[in-house]
Amino acid sequence: MTFSKDKLDLSRVGYDESGETPRSASFLLEDDTASVAASKERDLVMDSMRRARVGHPWVKDLEWSLVDPDTDEFTRLVAGHDDPAGNFIHVLERAKIRFPAQSCFLLKADRNEQVLHNIIVLEPGSELHLITGCTAASYNNAGRHIAVTEIFVRKGATLTYTMVHDWAPEVEVRPRTGIIVEEGGTYLSNYIALTRVKHIDTNPLVVVEAGGTARFNSILYAKEGSFFDVGGRIRLLGEGARGEIISRVVAAKSTVISRGLIEGGNADTKGHMECNGIMLDDQAVIHAIPELKAIYPDTELSHEAAVGKIAGEQLNYLMARGLTEEMARSLIIRGFLNVKIEGLPVSLQKVIDTMIEQAMTKDVV
Amino acid sequence: MNGKPLLQIENLVVEVEGKRVLDGIDMEMREGEIHVVFGPNGSGKSSLIKAIMGLPPYRVTHGGIRFRGESILGLPIDERARLGVGLAFQQPPAVLDVSLSALGKALGIDKNRLDAEAAGLGMGGHINRGLNDGFSGGEQKRSELLQLLLQRPKLLLLDEPESGVDVDSLKLLTAVIERLFQRDLPIRERTIGGIIVTHTGSVLKHLHATRGYVLVNGRIMCSGAPLDIFDQISANGFGNCLAEGRVKEKIHDFLKG
Repeated sequence: MTFSKDKLDLSRVGYDESGETPRSASFLLEDDTASVAASKERDLVMDSMRRARVGHPWVKDLEWSLVDPDTDEFTRLVAGHDDPAGNFIHVLERAKIRFPAQSCFLLKADRNEQVLHNIIVLEPGSELHLITGCTAASYNNAGRHIAVTEIFVRKGATLTYTMVHDWAPEVEVRPRTGIIVEEGGTYLSNYIALTRVKHIDTNPLVVVEAGGTARFNSILYAKEGSFFDVGGRIRLLGEGARGEIISRVVAAKSTVISRGLIEGGNADTKGHMECNGIMLDDQAVIHAIPELKAIYPDTELSHEAAVGKIAGEQLNYLMARGLTEEMARSLIIRGFLNVKIEGLPVSLQKVIDTMIEQAMTKDVV
Repeated sequence: MNGKPLLQIENLVVEVEGKRVLDGIDMEMREGEIHVVFGPNGSGKSSLIKAIMGLPPYRVTHGGIRFRGESILGLPIDERARLGVGLAFQQPPAVLDVSLSALGKALGIDKNRLDAEAAGLGMGGHINRGLNDGFSGGEQKRSELLQLLLQRPKLLLLDEPESGVDVDSLKLLTAVIERLFQRDLPIRERTIGGIIVTHTGSVLKHLHATRGYVLVNGRIMCSGAPLDIFDQISANGFGNCLAEGRVKEKIHDFLKG
């Protein structure tokens, strides 16, 4: 069940309904109803949480094992729900899923509240690229998206998780996410949000065991009236664990808190963080809070942060080549946001490039 | 040479934060001419070409700059560039988020032409990197000239295009500068002119520059044939010119009363 007027919204966040882009599995949640849940792969289960709680009772044991239900009022809201909707993804042992799986959370009814609990499990040695698009219908002005997500990357497994947010100016978004990366596993998170939203706060925690890797890569364009409190926490628990947090933020008449915490807790652990921000006007606020915590001597942690407006000498340099000031500014911001994300499917890179172009033409030029 | 006026600078006074950095500069250049500006550090050489380009913080407080007969004072940097004024920066800033490819695309430059010119300057591997991001001194100079080749300005402003480069790079840069100034064309067909600021004079050998100036403390102290001036500076420093300049200044002051 889809509505033609929403089709554009879904493709904008990387969800392909046409079948033209190869996808291994699809899941579409409209408000709290799963309208699509299908997998083309035998070793990949893509279902709703409501069905998974019945069909795979072990799922219930995983719920609330990585996120404390008492974390805040939003986790309590999800915990207090009888049977919250959500997405269940299970990749069986050693299955290497060739094409990305896609899921989409659509706030359709105006002034609605989506309360979700998602579970993602990658069994040992498996691989998956998951693309999740979260969006509101074009006519939707207000709503709340509250989601608890628990992700289990078992021994030697690899999850690349690309999330594209395209909400509406009055929508509030409160994801609460916990991830465990077991021995030798890899978790790569790409988070892209380039459109107006009332409020997003998310600060996922990933625990990385021996030899595992976690990386957060965020690209944010906070537009007029938006509030973002976005970050990532990486706890390098096992020997040889690696962590990286990279964020790029552009803010115009909006507030962004860009957080990052890497904790080195074992021998030969390494973590690096980069927070870079561009202020477009004097009503923007970017508050970068990079934190490094070493609780073991043999850990190597570093961070760099740079926040400010575009340097005048850079603008002048480009203008001396013949670009107007607006074109020069736009070119710099486009380049700043257009970080090529390793391993991203071409189709999704195009979605991101298009979002950046649209963001630029509407606001900067 | 064609003989049409390209650049006319009349009694130009330029200030930076209230301090006078150029004081009564006169210069007249026709198409096809190359003028060379010498001078010690801090004499105002770079200030002169940056003021022509319209870069801050250089503020023209008196006098005029005419490009092809029209005043360009008051025009923003980009309009001067689009009219045909091109500057090779001595120390270009790093613009990490903009590659030469992206800049070329924004300027509507044909991709094949960009690739070919970049390859010719040994910069093929640099066009997708941030501009001047980690470039060596020589790479910065080549990148600046590459951008001018793509931009095709009518008036070239080269700020120490050869400083800090090795002998091999110097050969390549000199060849590109000759090409920029249409040294492959018969004299009468040359329409491109420009100013070269130089410390070493090593790019001048084959260029047949038209006129040389020595700038000291923001004033032209002497002028003449560029290679003669260069030879004089090489042998005696700026001393002879300074003496000549002081006499001129005294005459000037006397005439002003």
